[in-house]
Amino acid sequence: MAKPAAIVGQIILYGAFAAFLGYFATSPTYKQIPDDVALIKLSMSHLGGRECRKRSPEELAKLPPNMRAPLECPRGRSDIKLVLELDGKPMFETVMHPTGLSKDGVSTVYKRFEVKAGTYQLSVKMNDNLINPGFNFVKEAQVTLKPAQVLVVDFNPDKGGLFFQ
Amino acid sequence: MSLHAALRGNAQILLERSENSLDALFGGADNPLRHLGALGLYFLWILVATGLYLYTVLDTSVEGVYTSIGYLSREQWYLGGILRSLHRYASDAFVLVMMLHLAREWAYGRYHGFRLYSWVTGVPLIWLVYISGIGGYWIVWDRLAQFSAIATTELLDWLPFFTEPTARNFLAPDSVNDRLFTVLVFIHIGVPLMLILGLWAHVNRISRVDYLPSRRVMLATLASFLALALIKPALSDAPANLALAPAELRLDWFFLFIHPLTDVTSPAAVWALLFGATILLFALPFLPHLKAQPIAVVDAANCNGCSRCHADCPYEAVTMAVHPGKRGHKIAIVDPDLCAGCGICAGSCPSSTPFRSQEKLVTGIDMPQQPVDVMRRQLETQLARLGTQPSGTTKLVVFGCDKGADVRGLAAADTAAISLLCTGMLPPSFVEYALRGGADGIVVTGCRDGGCDFRLGMQWTQERLAHQREPHLRSLVPQDRLRLVYASRSESRQLAAAIDEFRTQLETQTAISNRPPAYSRRTPHHG
Ligand code: HEM
Ligand code: SF4
Ligand code: SF4
Repeated sequence: MAKPAAIVGQIILYGAFAAFLGYFATSPTYKQIPDDVALIKLSMSHLGGRECRKRSPEELAKLPPNMRAPLECPRGRSDIKLVLELDGKPMFETVMHPTGLSKDGVSTVYKRFEVKAGTYQLSVKMNDNLINPGFNFVKEAQVTLKPAQVLVVDFNPDKGGLFFQ
Repeated sequence: MSLHAALRGNAQILLERSENSLDALFGGADNPLRHLGALGLYFLWILVATGLYLYTVLDTSVEGVYTSIGYLSREQWYLGGILRSLHRYASDAFVLVMMLHLAREWAYGRYHGFRLYSWVTGVPLIWLVYISGIGGYWIVWDRLAQFSAIATTELLDWLPFFTEPTARNFLAPDSVNDRLFTVLVFIHIGVPLMLILGLWAHVNRISRVDYLPSRRVMLATLASFLALALIKPALSDAPANLALAPAELRLDWFFLFIHPLTDVTSPAAVWALLFGATILLFALPFLPHLKAQPIAVVDAANCNGCSRCHADCPYEAVTMAVHPGKRGHKIAIVDPDLCAGCGICAGSCPSSTPFRSQEKLVTGIDMPQQPVDVMRRQLETQLARLGTQPSGTTKLVVFGCDKGADVRGLAAADTAAISLLCTGMLPPSFVEYALRGGADGIVVTGCRDGGCDFRLGMQWTQERLAHQREPHLRSLVPQDRLRLVYASRSESRQLAAAIDEFRTQLETQTAISNRPPAYSRRTPHHG
């Protein structure tokens, strides 16, 4: 019924359909980062400290005897300050805020940095209770980053606090 | 004219031209552009069938997913590998036809009024398709999966929904566990189930849904997928390793284009685009449009409950109820929310015959904007006009449709032209009436196969004229005095040429059948 020309035309068009699908199913290829680049991923999820205040003896005296705790701790958690330095130069600095309506949840960060592969002095400092000055967690090390390597900077009290992985 | 209207108009012309030129190769029934929704459903069945097989061999542990899928492509390439490739290419093709289907419905302005429901139920399907498609790529757990998982979670984390960044789930090799893949498979099966449910709703208000494309189209597309499966089988990338950033990736642009797009713009821009486009699509039908067509009206006295209008309505707008006046009979009821105002029901009603003697022709179901009585009066006036032509003139009556090639412009001394809401509105008895009232030939024209604005108008017309569907043309009408011409809106010239050819044929062929016996309705002014 169909003319030969129509059949050839149909075959060409279905071929074009297949070629279109086949091509865009894998091509053009995509490279997210250049060849000589490594990634540093800074990510943590940590509960900040409580900003407790010592009650004065007068305050304590005013409280019923069963509630005379020496410290007054609000429900909210402290912000967390975080500094990342590469070869002594600051690369990233942030203050993470606790989540949750009453600010009693974890503070989180997730950041991805692209750096040229090579050897660096990497340091990360954290203060998880801003009632105190300075940094109560510090981790510093020389790291050698191979191309495409992903170095994770994370925090886990079970792994001794800040760590590189 | 607004920018949107201009864009839409150009898109419509472009699509019409492409469809018409593909008709030349495929014919309407086999023209894929005219059956995009049906192609989508067909691809979905391929996805379900191949997906079931893939599921049975999948090992959902962290190490197992990669090896169990890789096994299919390497050791079992002749079965599992091919099914895997079919699964991949059918999903890419699904995205392609879905987008074309959307573009087509938009270009033809089929998104408001009685189609609002189809349109609005279509939009969320796009999200479901992308969620299951992107998730599907993660299950392979190769470098591409790793890249997509991280890029997607980074994108999600831009939204203020999660207390912990979801990208932390893919931080280091020990972050992923077996449970992840159980969840992924659950999503990858659950979301398509929602999609199927959504599609059921999508076509719920349409009767005689174009559920599957023609056998030829099904075979040809399946053959295309099979050829791809053999020439370019779907393969995994290297296994995922979260300690390494993936190098060059063979990206599936149908689904994963979103990641490069995020990289060159920003998460904020991508979300703005996705939510913006979704809102725009939802809002489109609510923009000001021409007033909706008046809907069909049933006249109880002239409805005998034959159910033909119920059978022919393309939008399931007619239901049958107990007749209030005629015992043991039914009556047609029109649902105003569903009625498209196409008039196809008026063309199907046995009471729509112009041979009835009433001065005012009242039929069972009629269109207020163009009642059959007006059609009859129009035809009678035209026949009277043609009757004043010198004898020997070949007098034609052309019935056409407001949505197809314009027929009004064809009116001439020897040609009467009557344009209907839809050609499907033409009761076949009008053809007989015109021939018996003095016309030498009748042309019935409407949109091409698969192009009818009201989906089924031309199909019913063709079947009625060919004695295959009630109400059919009586057999005393010779088929060689009748010509059915398919012409879309942009094909007025082709239509004129076809009419000229028909006229020449009537004039030159000696073997042409006689006209049926003359008939003239007794009207009061004829005495
Ligand atoms: C997920 C993939 C989709 C599939 C498989 C699909 C399938 C279908 C099918 C089979 C029909 C009936 C066609 C007929 O019988 O004439 C249809 C109609 C329709 N679709 Fe879709 N559809 C999909 C997505 C969409 C989307 C995303 C939109 C737009 C937002 C859309 C808009 C429409 C409209 C407006 C109609 C009504 C056409 C009419 O009344 O003439 N569809 N679809
Ligand atoms: S006008 Fe069209 S949509 Fe409305 S009831 Fe009649 S056939 Fe159905
Ligand atoms: S086609 Fe006419 S007579 Fe038959 S059910 Fe419909 S309105 Fe009534």
